[in-house]
Amino acid sequence: MSAKPKLYYFDGRGKMESIRWLLAAAGVEFEEEFLETRDQYEKLLQGGSLLFQQVPMVEIDGMRMVQTRAILSYIAAKYNLYGKDLKERALIDMYVGGTDDLMGFILMFPFLSAEDKEKQRAFIVQKATSRYFPVYEKVLKDHGQDFLVGNNFSWADVHLLEAILMVEEKKADVLSGFPQLQAFKARISSIPAIKKFLEPGSQRKPVPDDKYVETVRRVLRMYYDVKAN
Amino acid sequence: MSGKPRLTYLNGRGRMESIRWLLAAAGVEFEEVYLETKEQYDKLIKDGFLLFQQVPLVEIDGMKMVQTRAIMSYIAGKYNLHGKDLKERALIDMYVEGISDLMQMILMFPFSPPDAKEKNLESIKERATNRYFPVFEKVLKQHGQDFLVGNKFSWADVQLIEAILAVEEKVPAVLSGFPQLQVFKTKMSNIPTIKKFLQPGSPRKPPPDAHYVETVLKVFKK
Repeated sequence: MSAKPKLYYFDGRGKMESIRWLLAAAGVEFEEEFLETRDQYEKLLQGGSLLFQQVPMVEIDGMRMVQTRAILSYIAAKYNLYGKDLKERALIDMYVGGTDDLMGFILMFPFLSAEDKEKQRAFIVQKATSRYFPVYEKVLKDHGQDFLVGNNFSWADVHLLEAILMVEEKKADVLSGFPQLQAFKARISSIPAIKKFLEPGSQRKPVPDDKYVETVRRVLRMYYDVKAN
Repeated sequence: MSGKPRLTYLNGRGRMESIRWLLAAAGVEFEEVYLETKEQYDKLIKDGFLLFQQVPLVEIDGMKMVQTRAIMSYIAGKYNLHGKDLKERALIDMYVEGISDLMQMILMFPFSPPDAKEKNLESIKERATNRYFPVFEKVLKQHGQDFLVGNKFSWADVQLIEAILAVEEKVPAVLSGFPQLQVFKTKMSNIPTIKKFLQPGSPRKPPPDAHYVETVLKVFKK
């Protein structure tokens, strides 16, 4: 096993993308193994690598970690992106909880029927502009600092940028009522580690397409219909 | 405001129950405000109490905390139930998140349409016996200790005993293939703070009934 963390997932965003973002933001190089066949997945299962029979799975520091939130928390703490004390951590956890809920609406998007996609797109934009973005806009306006928590770059900032870019893919001008978030987006995007991640050739994955959906369904034998919110 | 944490939620389990369990297990007394009408909920939002317009809300240490996981992480951290170092915390987080996926199925169950209830019950039974309980059975068997992580009582133990009891309410014989979990259940139930929480008159809420479902739909009606 190399010293670099190794990520096991499909060759696409899904639940692993936030982990790729956080490792990249922390300047940590990582390897990836992409699940393409049912056989690969069953081999992982039989080998006992997947604690709850699910991916994402990340091999890191001698552990085979599963559960996205647990993995992200570990990375954040290890690379000092989790605040300086319990109260800052609480704020970061709250903010990440919000962006996680928002990105959750987008996670299922590729699996929806064409008709449901339109409904869901409207739902995502409505929630982003009425529930989530106003919160972060206000946080930034109220303290006037560059970062969300404790005047220090943290997991919350990485997660928010990721969420902003994902919602923009659904509606390009979604930040038009949010000047603080526009400035935030520009600022965080220009942090060297993040700038690098946003360039072509990085490990950032593209918007999920039909091939991705097909792969997930095939590997997980997940053939049921996914409903919109 | 008293020094005690104050919980705002419906008068029922839902997403707040795990928080009640954790506070109780930590020996922390708390107050509760129950949402009964849409007007109460709308007022909370209007007055700026709910960061993302949602409950659970826990007012604790000068913060208005929302987001169940954030709240529980804070309580666990504050009361030394989150392991002694980063690696123990990682294990606890993995176990808690897994159990939370199982609890999510139970959470949603009362809201499933009548024709889906039998299928959903079967799913809960299947996941508990094939995916989640075997993991913790094995963990306990392998290290032979009383607690899941680091030979010390933690958030993971509280979450697991809560889940065991919740599944048993739906599938009474569910622990029959799990001798370690049976012992674990007895041991955890006898911890004084948990024993107290399991007695009548505690803040523990009963299984959700039709009235609870009705109240949820009424309060959160769009």
